[in-house]
Amino acid sequence: MNIFIILGMGAAVGFLSGMFGVGGGFLITPLLIFYNIPPVVAVATGANQVVASSVSGALSHFRRGTLDVKLGTVLLFGGLAGATVGIWIFALLRSVGQLDLVISLLYVVLLGTVGTLMLLESIRALRRSANNQPVSLRRPGQHNWVHRLPLKMRFKKSKIYLSIIPVVGLGFCIGILTSVMGVGGGFIMVPAMIYLLRIPTNVVVGTSLFQIIFVTAYTTIVQATANHAVDIVLAFILMVAGVIGAQYGVRVGQKLRGEQLRALLALLVLAVGARLAVDLVVTPADVYSIVSEGVYR
Amino acid sequence: MRAIAALLLVCSLAMPAAAQVLEDKPVEFPERLEIGISTDEIAITSDFRGADLTIFGAIEGYDPALLAQGKYDIVVALEGPKDNNTVRVKERIFGIWVNRRSMTFELVPESYSLSSTRDVETIAEPAMLNGVGVGIQHIRLSPIGYVGDGSNMTEFRDAFRRLKESGGFYQRDPGGVQFISASLFKATVRLPANVPNGTHVVRAHLFRDGVFISEKALPLRVMKTGIEQMISNAAYNNALPYGIFSVTLALMTGWLASVVFRKD
Repeated sequence: MNIFIILGMGAAVGFLSGMFGVGGGFLITPLLIFYNIPPVVAVATGANQVVASSVSGALSHFRRGTLDVKLGTVLLFGGLAGATVGIWIFALLRSVGQLDLVISLLYVVLLGTVGTLMLLESIRALRRSANNQPVSLRRPGQHNWVHRLPLKMRFKKSKIYLSIIPVVGLGFCIGILTSVMGVGGGFIMVPAMIYLLRIPTNVVVGTSLFQIIFVTAYTTIVQATANHAVDIVLAFILMVAGVIGAQYGVRVGQKLRGEQLRALLALLVLAVGARLAVDLVVTPADVYSIVSEGVYR
Repeated sequence: MRAIAALLLVCSLAMPAAAQVLEDKPVEFPERLEIGISTDEIAITSDFRGADLTIFGAIEGYDPALLAQGKYDIVVALEGPKDNNTVRVKERIFGIWVNRRSMTFELVPESYSLSSTRDVETIAEPAMLNGVGVGIQHIRLSPIGYVGDGSNMTEFRDAFRRLKESGGFYQRDPGGVQFISASLFKATVRLPANVPNGTHVVRAHLFRDGVFISEKALPLRVMKTGIEQMISNAAYNNALPYGIFSVTLALMTGWLASVVFRKD
């Protein structure tokens, strides 16, 4: 393991996450897998790294008052339950020897979907600005089926009266993703909160970061106890490089135009997904493999 | 598990006796092996690139006539700590390579370094070697669980040996055992760079004219030292505090970053 490659990886992902305001877990884990880190370790260590990258963001949102603790706590209940189920699925897949495959498949689907959506969106934006059309933000409708569900609760900070069922459900799904894939899940949670739950945009990012800290922290501890899969040295190098890289990313992101950058990130995400997909299809060097029960390194 | 291991041990002791009966030689062999190593503990640092371990030994109560004819053969094995190992084979499903069939072998050594007076295969009959369990081709690989009619056992055993050998975990050195005087010998076994941590066993076997007659074993503790191993030990032996510490470190890093890079 070369420390400089890990540092570079962390800094690059940190830079991108600062520039685009994403957590970066969905890039770190596949990169670690490309670097021949066992997927079990890559996922658990990725979750640990996300804790660090979410804390600074959540703190600044908390200072600015754009964090709804009550809403975040309800999300968190779902998230912790989801992470628990996810760890169980993780252990089960590992014992039957399908964990590496499922992680790769999930990443191919996730990166493929997110990359395609981002690319389409940025192409549309580029066309609009080329035609000099005003950027029209789609105004979400006031109500949908989600708002007819029972068990409603008032969230003062978000100025919203909402059933807790979809909130807990969303947290649950993201929790599963966190423990199986080592991602924070912000890139799914943020759009879902805006378009599905109609939560005001200003509190969405801070609140999702709040829940991500606790779910990834919980996942890290459980992964460390159940699977001994957290590599603290690797995680620490990634964290330090990541938080520093993110600072520069934020500065660069503020200066440059968004659409081209977004298209570039989309292409990068698609490339990572494609590389994982190729590894699944290409005939392996050896179709046989040995796993020792006690140690996994 | 321990009971089965004990059973295997009993079998291994009983096996040569059975072989003797088959050979129709109920006589007790007078020969005994004695071996010695300079240490029973080896400390290894993280920059360890592999090393040779020399074992000295002597045949006691030998027959000078047989010795002069070179009828005695010695095989020394350094067996690593044992663990259950699962061999999996990938098959293509809808274009994707998926782990399909598997077989788990019970308590096989993680590493195995063999040194002998000549190629083990020429020392004794395969049945005899299987009985003693000495030689890479003859190590006991007993599958756990349902194996069907056992027709694919050879496939998985061969794959296991091949992967272990190509990974450098299993090695052999025919000619690694040399006589330095009439009955005194010196055996060199290789500790691979990725030698597993734990208790290894140096096991010396004496063959007389293709018949296994005596065995002597000594434990050898391999201890990895240094910061990396300390961290690894903590991750395994104090998993909960280790996890909590990992999270605390992450929280501190994130908080520090927000303090250092605060814009206002």
